[in-house]
Amino acid sequence: MRRHRPEVLRTPVGIVGVTLLTVLVLLAVLAPLLWGDRATATNTGNMLAGPSPEHWAGTDNLGRDILFRTLVATRLSLVLTLVATTLGVGLGLLLGLAPLLLPQRLGRLVVAFVNVLLGFPSLLMVLFLAVILGVSTTSALLAIGIAIAPPFARLVHALGAGVTERDFVAAARIAGVPPARIMVRHVLPNVAEPLVVNATVTASSVLLAFGGLSFLGIGVQAPQYDWGRLMQDGLAIIYDNPLAALAPGIAFVLTGLAFNLTGEAAAGTFGAKSRSRMRWPAPASPRPGTRDDADLAADRDGLVLDVRDLAVTFPGPDGPIPPVRGVSIALRAGEAVGVVGESGSGKSMTALAVAQLVEEPGRVTAERLAFCATDLRSGRRAAHDALLGTSLAVVFQDPMTSLNPVLRVGTQLGEAARRHQGLTRRQASARAADRLRAVHLAEPERRLRQYPHEFSGGMRQRAMIAMGLMGTPRLIVADEPTTALDMTVQRQVLDVLQEVRREHGTALLLISHDVSVVSSVCDRVLVMYAGRIVEDLPSADLHTQARHPYTRALIGAVPDMTTDLDAPLATIAGQPVDPRHVPDGCAFAARCPLVTDRCRQEEPTLQAGPVGAVACWHVDDPIPAETEEVAVG
Amino acid sequence: MSRLDFEDVTVRYGHHTVLDGVSLSVPAHQIMGLVGESGSGKSTLARAAVGLAPLASGRVLLDGQPVRHQGRRRPIQMVFQDPFSSLDPRMSIGRSIAEALPERLRRAPQRAEIARLLELVHLDPGRAADSPGRLSGGQRQRVAIARALAGRPDVVLADEITSALDVSVQGAILNLVREMQRETGLTVLFISHNLAVVRYVATHVAVMAGGRIVEQGPTAEVFSGPASDYTRELLASIPGPAGGDVRQRSPESGANHDN
Ligand SMILES: Nc1ncnc2c1ncn2[C@@H]1O[C@H](COP(=O)(O)OP(=O)(O)OP(=O)(O)O)[C@@H](O)[C@H]1O
Ligand code: SF4
Ligand SMILES: [Mg+2]
Repeated sequence: MRRHRPEVLRTPVGIVGVTLLTVLVLLAVLAPLLWGDRATATNTGNMLAGPSPEHWAGTDNLGRDILFRTLVATRLSLVLTLVATTLGVGLGLLLGLAPLLLPQRLGRLVVAFVNVLLGFPSLLMVLFLAVILGVSTTSALLAIGIAIAPPFARLVHALGAGVTERDFVAAARIAGVPPARIMVRHVLPNVAEPLVVNATVTASSVLLAFGGLSFLGIGVQAPQYDWGRLMQDGLAIIYDNPLAALAPGIAFVLTGLAFNLTGEAAAGTFGAKSRSRMRWPAPASPRPGTRDDADLAADRDGLVLDVRDLAVTFPGPDGPIPPVRGVSIALRAGEAVGVVGESGSGKSMTALAVAQLVEEPGRVTAERLAFCATDLRSGRRAAHDALLGTSLAVVFQDPMTSLNPVLRVGTQLGEAARRHQGLTRRQASARAADRLRAVHLAEPERRLRQYPHEFSGGMRQRAMIAMGLMGTPRLIVADEPTTALDMTVQRQVLDVLQEVRREHGTALLLISHDVSVVSSVCDRVLVMYAGRIVEDLPSADLHTQARHPYTRALIGAVPDMTTDLDAPLATIAGQPVDPRHVPDGCAFAARCPLVTDRCRQEEPTLQAGPVGAVACWHVDDPIPAETEEVAVG
Repeated sequence: MSRLDFEDVTVRYGHHTVLDGVSLSVPAHQIMGLVGESGSGKSTLARAAVGLAPLASGRVLLDGQPVRHQGRRRPIQMVFQDPFSSLDPRMSIGRSIAEALPERLRRAPQRAEIARLLELVHLDPGRAADSPGRLSGGQRQRVAIARALAGRPDVVLADEITSALDVSVQGAILNLVREMQRETGLTVLFISHNLAVVRYVATHVAVMAGGRIVEQGPTAEVFSGPASDYTRELLASIPGPAGGDVRQRSPESGANHDN
């Protein structure tokens, strides 16, 4: 994307928040210069006056103008808020990062310490500290700073731990980069966004807390004044002049709003970029007039999944980007269908669309999108969520981003079962242990108490599968469920999936780039290229009857136990299609050894053949022996 | 010479023994495959060699000398499985590679060195300023290999470096690993769960189960006459027509393969 205005400014919430903040900062800088004298000018002749043209909000017990005092107090209120927030954030950073830098034992101590501090209600802590440290602005600052540090420390630790788990940190360590520099260079930049958002929101509670202390008389001391003090002064005369208390009150509300709105808008832009997946109801079909033929409809009754002409598009700077362009899949109970293809061919996006998990701003359209005979394109979202929550299991490719790094595996497995099946904590954990056993994890009870980073890659993937099997789903969508597994465990996991299919008639949509995995598990294989299905055939015939040049090349690129060791491996020349620039005609043309002019002009459609269906103009031509071997990647 | 020896290496996490007295000798200037079940400790063994896993006992030796995990020059480098987590998303690929260079260079020679490394892995040196987000999985894995080579290592540990990649890209990376090893004479420990892949790249192979090495030797020997039951089981579980029951494959599919 090209440079636009900052993302915070793209939403009305963000615009309001940032505008308010700007006004406040201007006030903080200018008000004392412009109106400082008038705010402190006493006038014994005009004490406790109500609103008048000279004093819009009236005067206080020394005859000083309340409106000007409120405006001038902006500086002190904001400065105190910022100092206390900075203090707390700094302390939180220290406490949060320390466990990641210190030796393990010491690190654990710090974590335990933070947890104890978290146990105190923060207001109590503030009062406690304010009393211990004595009554002064400095001690109030310290008290609030210390009170907000623990929750911030916990956030820093959780986010930081997620990043230090990642391989690039290990790589930097192996390269000899010292730990402190790794923190500054690799960890902090990768957690900065959520921390900034959180600090902004924290600032608004600091503002209130400080105001509260001043109001109680243990914050700012006279002759200094902030909004909290002004409010206290105003409260004494609230019956004579309500504005005296209201003016600083309004200042509080506006400032709190400014911080919160800005934080929220920033969080929104951050959230949109994060991996968290959001359910997206598929909008109604662009062609509402389409009817099912009566006999077709009857045939479609027994289908668990019935998808026709599914398309996913994302907005792009030069027009919409279509990673999926018209995919149809029908799955019966107990049936297993595999989807193979290169990365970027739209496999995962198809799976996400089926599970209604396409992220904003992606759009899913389909002529038909039905799960268990329920049309997912219309109807109540809550009803769909309930149906999908209990009947659809999704196993993702990347278990580390799907598992929460700071929660025990057992908690995460149990959570879904408790929500969707109403199990008690004990039942849920028994079920979770049973499911871990089902995916052949040894010592399930011990594993449940561990955190995701204590699992090996393959174990995490199995934990994800176990999570999908907590209920008895009608359909399992598994996106690369075995990429990190060795042959024996891969076999076991695939066997588990088969068992579930046999016992409960669960249908399986298995997505993989590994042709051999798909063909050993599935009844049928769909080969995807550039967002379309280019071949659909029974997996038994994959190695002998594949007709599309791309399918044949895919099979040829996999080394097996008879591959010639002296020759380089066959690779598919050229690059996969970039969904931003889908060519006219056959999308595979640029890499196809059989390409002709017709291929470049007309796009072939899926045509049924003797054993399946294939989209290619030259299906039965032999592939020339001298295919050039060019590395891809 | 650059032989990597694990001598009686034990790694424990809490009360859980992950590596149980592993002795393994990775021959100099060869690619040794390491296969074994998930959780058997393959990654942990590699991580122990680079100081990412704590040794409870035993030693890791490079040409008979204990491996040091201090200082700027690290003779053992590692390439990781997941190309999406092995590069810092906030750093250009050029900077990621520069970080692994053993000595600090001035700007021009540094740029030249980065370009040389990128060319070595068949990437356009003009992309040094790109962020990893703009690269495909296969391209990122090439960057990760370039970064490992930047440290001028004697030994490279490759932990499942193709299992997250497409088969077509996997072929290209495997070709690259073989080519690289031939050109530089590196010693490589190549961890993979895919026996066909190990057979293709590795001259030697070691099989791990339950934190121990159950078998090691030249690849051809181990795969044609496995001595341990576990290895036999592994060989038997290769899925589908591409593996275990190759002998029953029809002749056409063999022909397909050569294109
Ligand atoms: N940081 C850690 N804390 C506790 N236990 C760990 C830690 N890292 C690994 N383990 C344990 O060590 C064992 C071996 O893990 P390792 O990652 O070496 O397996 P692996 O053979 O590479 O498996 P896979 O093929 O699944 O990647 C597992 O039982 C795992 O739970
Ligand atoms: S239609 Fe033409 S270009 Fe496309 S796969 Fe078939 S032969 Fe190749
Ligand atoms: Mg591993």
